[in-house]
Amino acid sequence: MQRSAQIGIGVIAVAVIGGGIYAATRGSGSQSTGKNNYTVALVTDGGGVDDRSFNQSAWSGLKAYGKDNNLKQGTKGFNYFQSTDTSDIKTNLQTAVKGGYKLVYGVGFAAAPAMNTVAKANPKTNFAIIDSVIPDKNVASLMFKSEQSSYLAGVAAAKQTKSKTVGFIGGIHGDIIDTFEAGFKAGVAATDPSIKIVSQYADSFTDAAKGKTIAASMVAGGADVIFQAAGGTGAGVFSEAKANNQKLTADSDHKIWVIGVDMDQKQDGAYTAKNNEKSNFTLVSAVKRVDHAVEALSNDGRKGNFPGGKTITYGLKEKGVALAKDSASDNVWSAVQSAQKKIIAGDIKVPVHP
Amino acid sequence: MSLMAMLALIISSTLVYSAPLIFTSIGGTFSERAGVVNVGLEGFMGMGAFASVVFNLTFADTLGAATPWLGLLAGAIVGLLFSLLHAVATVTLRADHIISGTVINLMAPALGVFLIKVLYGKGQTAPIAQDFGYASVPGLSKIPLFGQLFFEKTSGPAWLAILVAIISWYIIFKTKFGLRLRSVGENPQAADTLGLNVARLRYSGVMISGLLGGVGGAVVAQSISLNYSASTIVGQGFMAMAAMIFGRWNPIGALFASLFFGLSQSLAVIGAQLPGLNNVPSIWLQIAPYILTIIVLVFFFGKTRAPKADGVNYIKAA
Repeated sequence: MQRSAQIGIGVIAVAVIGGGIYAATRGSGSQSTGKNNYTVALVTDGGGVDDRSFNQSAWSGLKAYGKDNNLKQGTKGFNYFQSTDTSDIKTNLQTAVKGGYKLVYGVGFAAAPAMNTVAKANPKTNFAIIDSVIPDKNVASLMFKSEQSSYLAGVAAAKQTKSKTVGFIGGIHGDIIDTFEAGFKAGVAATDPSIKIVSQYADSFTDAAKGKTIAASMVAGGADVIFQAAGGTGAGVFSEAKANNQKLTADSDHKIWVIGVDMDQKQDGAYTAKNNEKSNFTLVSAVKRVDHAVEALSNDGRKGNFPGGKTITYGLKEKGVALAKDSASDNVWSAVQSAQKKIIAGDIKVPVHP
Repeated sequence: MSLMAMLALIISSTLVYSAPLIFTSIGGTFSERAGVVNVGLEGFMGMGAFASVVFNLTFADTLGAATPWLGLLAGAIVGLLFSLLHAVATVTLRADHIISGTVINLMAPALGVFLIKVLYGKGQTAPIAQDFGYASVPGLSKIPLFGQLFFEKTSGPAWLAILVAIISWYIIFKTKFGLRLRSVGENPQAADTLGLNVARLRYSGVMISGLLGGVGGAVVAQSISLNYSASTIVGQGFMAMAAMIFGRWNPIGALFASLFFGLSQSLAVIGAQLPGLNNVPSIWLQIAPYILTIIVLVFFFGKTRAPKADGVNYIKAA
């Protein structure tokens, strides 16, 4: 075969394959306009859609949006792009834009730098970022007032503690975890200023063994309610509390209570007490309703009311954060509810830094 | 906190942290003594953790309190089967040991999460119902002072691990099998000349490491994380490898190295709550374990020596 013929065939092959890929990623969603095709994509951070934290929550909100509007998963409806690493986020955002999605979510503050660049380059696509603020006109920023739910968690802890000592275990120091610590401390102090609060950071979101050791040292120091905002490290806090509680009766005064975070962690607190009694030690959970926020924002965009350039803050009032009752007694819960009313009315201002 | 309570706390959290490292580092010792480098310990632990959690979730209702101990067995069996991949690749197919081990490490968490997704339809399992919790050793916990510190509110698997370390030391250094195992790791050619089956001995070394690595993973899953997810085993396998080297390829050395890691870890955490130390910035306490390790390595050990034929494939002359 002639060399020129070989080159010619090569060029044609590249054109056919390239064109195919272009057509596939471009999708049909971008050609048609109108309400039925307000397609939405979600780009996760390293956690993925099964992280039992805000990626999973965001994805379930998107699925709810699809159900509301009879959309299917795929290029004509809604979809997610999983990032295994922070460096994947930019590529995934660009792929989503190429795929013709009208609205693209970035989950977590790690997505902010990448989204900043991609949003500027694609002014016709709408973007939304969770847990960070990007002031561009085509980006909506979603922030959660975790300090408010943490405040309520603090109230519950202060009402529950018998030893007058409570603990806080954080993942890694930073603005986001600060809101949890500040809210919790404020809630405890407002309920009973004589209560001692011990707080310690694990410097990790994955080291369960360290979480367990920290919890053990807090328990030995007398703490009987522990609030953990530490991702996977928190699993160790639950296992430490469980190991202690299994040796006690279900209504013992020495029972160790754990407060869940992000998602409702009631199932993690289920255990069997000394006399084969089934019980639970998850006092309450400070949940972040990323799903509600994602569903609501997607529906707004579909109606043509996309809040580009704005920062939307979800607090107790907007039901973006909440406290789940789990195993709290009615006495504890009524104190929580009255504090909740005061926060919603604006009578209590919760600090964001401890 | 009283002095007594503090000592008890430090000892119990050291034991909890160290138990999985002891099992796994001894496993690594067996493999490397036989001449097969084992960077796949992390992967064996991952499969062991996966198997024990699935076993625990399935049988907790029927087996009751014995479940976690039988879960160790499940972890051991799956770890052993998984280690066969490494053995086949390195011994039979003569692949590079580091590459095969890396493949094991990449494969285990992916396979585990995939299977969890197939079995339960979600990315991580529900919490297990029966776990190790805290145990008291009957009889021994009655000894005044000593019993209270070491045998009450303690970790059952840790004491098993210490027993395994002593038995392993005996096997490696005092039995015929141990002598042969060491000889194929030092000079496989000489061993072969004397009529030993090099391949079979190396297979058994790797399989014992899979078994013990699986047990190590099962201990993590059933006493610390209490479920299985992609983040259950992150780095413990490499800590165990470090303990194996620190312990100079000796089970007793690996035992003490693992305990040392556990102790420095728990001191770093508990130190933050001691009067006087609680004013020290936490970053110093966090890096203390690593600095201590380096100091101990440099000043008290000097040069460590790996088995001579560690990582060298043996190709029998025709």
